[in-house]
Parts: sequence; C-alpha cells; structure tokens
Amino acid sequence: MLESFQIIISLLDSTIRIATPLIFCAMAGIFSERSGIIDIGLEGKMLLSAFVAATATFLTGSPIFGLFAAILASCSASLIHGFACITNKGDQVISGLAINILASGLTITLGIALFSRGGQTPPLASEQRFMPIDFPFLDQLSFVPILEELFVEVISGHNILVYLSVLAVFFTYYVIFKTRFGLRLRAVGEKPEAVDTAGISVIKMRYQSILIAGMLCGLAGAYLSIAHGAGFGREMSAGKGYIALAAMIFGKWNPIPTLFACLLFGFLEALGVRLEGVELIWIGEVPVQVMQALPYILTVVLLAGFIGKARAPGAIGVPYSKEG
Amino acid sequence: MSDSNIIPKWLSVGVIPLMNLFLAFCVSGLFIFFIGENPFRAIFVMIKGAFYYPGAIGYTLYYTTNFIFTGLAVALAFHARLFNIGGEGQAYVGGLGVGLVCLIFDQHVVGFLVTILAILGSVIFGAIWGIIPGYLQAKRGSHIVITTIMFNFIAAALMVYLLVNIIIEPGQMSPETRDFASGVGLVQIHILAKYLGLEMAMSPLNLSFIVALTVSVGFWFLVWRTKFGYEVRSLGHSETAAIYAGIKVSSTIIIVMAISGGLAGLVAINELLGVHNKLLLGFTAGYGFTGIAVALMGRNHPVGIFLASLLFGALYQGGTELDFEFSSITREMVLLIQGLIILFSGALAYMLNPLVERIYIKYYGNYNNA
Repeated sequence: MLESFQIIISLLDSTIRIATPLIFCAMAGIFSERSGIIDIGLEGKMLLSAFVAATATFLTGSPIFGLFAAILASCSASLIHGFACITNKGDQVISGLAINILASGLTITLGIALFSRGGQTPPLASEQRFMPIDFPFLDQLSFVPILEELFVEVISGHNILVYLSVLAVFFTYYVIFKTRFGLRLRAVGEKPEAVDTAGISVIKMRYQSILIAGMLCGLAGAYLSIAHGAGFGREMSAGKGYIALAAMIFGKWNPIPTLFACLLFGFLEALGVRLEGVELIWIGEVPVQVMQALPYILTVVLLAGFIGKARAPGAIGVPYSKEG
Repeated sequence: MSDSNIIPKWLSVGVIPLMNLFLAFCVSGLFIFFIGENPFRAIFVMIKGAFYYPGAIGYTLYYTTNFIFTGLAVALAFHARLFNIGGEGQAYVGGLGVGLVCLIFDQHVVGFLVTILAILGSVIFGAIWGIIPGYLQAKRGSHIVITTIMFNFIAAALMVYLLVNIIIEPGQMSPETRDFASGVGLVQIHILAKYLGLEMAMSPLNLSFIVALTVSVGFWFLVWRTKFGYEVRSLGHSETAAIYAGIKVSSTIIIVMAISGGLAGLVAINELLGVHNKLLLGFTAGYGFTGIAVALMGRNHPVGIFLASLLFGALYQGGTELDFEFSSITREMVLLIQGLIILFSGALAYMLNPLVERIYIKYYGNYNNA
C-alpha cells in the first residue's frame, strides 16, 4: 500500500515536470490560434529559445538574462511568422513548418560554431539555473502523512517556471475570456470582418496575439534548457511542441481543459517510462511506444469526432485582407 | 493566394521563384558570414562535393530520387488543396511494406518477383498511411494537417516498436531486420554500367531513379491528361464548384491521399531495396519534410519538382562535404538552408509580387490590357 502510494507520488511529480513545457506551448497555441493564426511553429520556437536561453545564460552567467534572451528569440520567430502570414498573407502551415526546420538547422549550426560540442551548449552550474524551490512552511504539515508527502513531493520542490506555467493558464483564461482584448482576439479568430468594421485593426490584434504566443514559447524553451535541464542538447524539444498542439486541440482551444490535456499527456509519458519492463496483471508488458503514441492517437480520435467535437476558430488559417 | 495575372507568366512562374530562391541563399550566406566563414567558399565546396568528386553525381542523384518521390507526394495533395505533412510517416510505413514482403517471401520466391512485390508493398503500405488521414478529412472533417502530423509520430512509434520487439534480427543489438536475400533488391547503376562495359564510380544510385523519372511522367499524365486529374485540380480550385460539377469530393480526397501516400512510400525502395538491403530505424531521415520544400519550389509540376529535387540532392550531398572542409560549419547547415527555402519559396512566395508588378507596369504597362 505504502509502496504504491510512493509510486503514485513519484508519477505525479514527473507528470508535472513533463507537462510544464507542454502547458506553456499549448497556451501559446491558444493565443495564436484563437486569433486565427495556425501555429505549427510551437516546436521550433521552443527549440530556438531553449538554445538561446542556454547560450545567453552560459555567456552571462545569469539565468534571468537567459530567460529574457529566450523570450526575445522566440518573439523574433513569431514576428517572422507574422510577417509571412499576416503581412504577406502567406500560408500559415508552411510558415510554421519553415520555422521548425529553421530552428533545427539554426540551433545545431550556431551551437557547433559557438561551442564546438556537436551542437550542445556547455553544461550549466546550478547557480546558473532556476533551481527547485522548497516551500518553507511544509514541516508543519508532518502530522498529516499523506498530505505532507503530496506537498513535499508533488506541489513543492519545483523550479519557478513550473509555478509560472500554472499562472500562465489562469493568465490565458483571464485575458481571453475576461478582458476586452480577449473578446477582440476571439472575434478576430472567428469573424475578422466584424472586428474590422468596428474599427479595430485585425493586423495589430493578430500581431499582438502571436507575440504573446512567442513569449510563452520562450518560457517553455527556457524551462527545457536552464531550469529542468542544465544546458541545451540538439533537438531537445523532441516533438513536445507537437504534443502541445495536440493538447490544445484536445482541450478544444480552451485554457483549463487544455491544462488537463497537458497533464494527461504528461502523465501518459511518465507512466510509459515507469511501466517499461513491468509485467502488468492481465495485460502483460505495455510497450513504451504505445504510451508515446497515445497522445497522438487520442488526438486523432478526438478530431475525428468520436469523443465530443473539437471545433477550431472560424477564421483559422485564412489571411485577412480588407478587400475581402 | 495565386499567381499574379498582372504580369506575364514567365515572370510569375519563372523569375519570381528564382528571386525567392536567391533570397533564401543570400540569407544562408549571411549566416555563414556571421559564423565567420566565407560563404562563397562554402558554395564552392558544396558544388564540388555534389558534382566533382568520383561518385558525387551518383550520390546527388540518389538523394534526388528520394526528393522526387516525396515532392510528388506533397504536390499531388497540393493540387487538391490538401496539405500532406505526413510524407515522412508514409515513407516510413512504406518501408514496413518492403520489409515484410522481403522477410516473408525472399527465402521461397525468386528474387526478381520479390522485388516487384516489395515495390508494390511500399506503395500499398504508404497508401494506407495516407488513406486514413484522407478518410478522416473527407468523412469526419478532421484537419488533414493535424492528422498527418499525428500520423508521423504514430508511424515512428509503431516502427520503433516493431523493429525493437518483433522483426529485429534475433541475437542482434541494433534494431534492424536481417539482410534481404541476395537476389532481392534494385541494382545499383554503377554495377549495371559494369555489365555494359562502362566504368562508373561507386555510388548508391540505383534503379529507383528510373522509377522516379517514370513516376514523374505518370504524375504529369495523371494530373493534366486524365479525368481524375481534372477532378483533383477543380477540387483544388474550388470545392463548391467541384461539388456543382458533380465531382465526388470525399472519394477524390481519399484517392488523392492514397496516391500521395503511395508516392511517399516509394522512398523505401530507394533506401531499402537500393541501398541498405534491410529494414532499419529512421531511414527516412527527414526526406518527407524536404518533399514539402521541393513541391513548393517546383510549383507542383513534375519538371519543377525534378529541378528542385536535383537542387536538394546537391545540397544534401554537397552538405556532407562541409564536414570535411570546415571546422565550424557542418551538413546541418543544409537544414538551415532548407528552412529558409521553405520560408522564402513557400510562406513568402508572393512577397515580391507587388514589387515586380509595380516595376513591370512602370516599364511595360498592364500586361492584360496590352
């Protein structure tokens, strides 16, 4: 009993660690796609900002500086995306794909040129990273054993970006559903003509949305290389941007359900790692690849309308031109 | 967006794409310059690597073969205004078709026949991996971009599982199948040349290249000379018009995705039947994604796709030469160039149109009124 409780605790702990970059990216995706801009480029922006975060931190010694550099890099990628598909009305999927491939090539090329370590950045010392924060008041909980475990292992002891990701969800929810900006943002994604008629610039709204998306992806990248990890490794985003995209669709472009989708996908991955080589009763050994493929399979099934219906914003993927 | 009708076709189809390509190369050159190397020397090294050394042209054409297949796959889907990002997964699963056919039959059936069956296997398995997203788009309204992305990852997981657990050669550490029997496979061109009494440097170029050229001609015929091709193109122009014209939209989408997947699957014959002679992990190496760049640059026409494939073949082969000649730039530079080409030739394809139109009108007046 105690052992299985321990297992659950450690599973939940790794779920949160895995889900954090997914949450940032998925929220970024919500901002972008709610305003009508498809964002396949989450993966590339995360990869690029992970590289920039590690590089800037290594060069300056300050993770704060690294974080801002990451956000800056990710926002520049967003601006390229915006220039291509808002200003020049190019294809959003193609532009996103270009950003992903560009990020792959750029991070490896610059990494080799700067550090000659086959694309990796030098390892960062612990004072150059965002380290786990232990909540101070926890020892007072020691008289309630289960709660204490839960707090010490699951809730406490993560780095600042993990907590920031939870804030990002509420931020996204608040901005999109409770502010005037959010109302306009959603309108731009559904019926840009209406917003234009009301005298609001569709172009400006969309640029603002993708810049927020860029900032969030920057946080995701920084998490990978200077908080969770201690340096950048080639292709370290490893498809997380696409899983975040899947989670966003799974959460039907809504922040709170998307948060749960991220946690679910994070849990599946944690479980997959945990179950490797373990014989389960009735089922036998579950291949780790099944767990890896599950987020994608679930998303396909959802998109096919077998579990509820995921509806994308109305004007998504369509460049806006005033002449119509 | 479509091509401008203010300027003549040779400008919009010929000159502007070349200008976009030129821009992509300029930006790549700037990156090389910032890294501290000479971009012109890099180009020189790449050209030498792609064409000059013995066997270099063979290698270039061997890569070209892959890009023709994936480029055509993406292009056919584009003609129906479908964006098939799943070429990578379709090629991978096509490899499963090749592998299964060879492993099951190569001990019992004559090699030539097994090879033919394996080619069919690559097409059928690739097609299946295209049909499912096609079906989901046509009948269930799932966005094909998302489903094909998901199918790439599902294919990767599936292949790792099969290769690690099921079809791995027993007693072997790396996840590969056993070698196919000796009579199976597509013969390499330099061996063929030897039979004909010609001396050619060794390279992985094999008969798949001929298959690719034949398929390109078939592609042209299918798209521009058949009723089906007409239906595909009208669907791409306007779905509403296609419905009014009595075209069955769903079945057209599914068939297009089947053929598209089958074309991508053919990458497996070049890689597995022509070179590796076994099924192994990750043999698709991003060729499916490069196919998107190829289709965009080639404007979805087989001639353009051939030229774009040749360019990418040269970039890939020339890129390997960068590793030897430079300390600070490597073949991954090609990935950067590829990303820039997708950006400039794809997403920013029409950026230069207004500029060129303005210049044209200034000197020649409106083309349509002339």
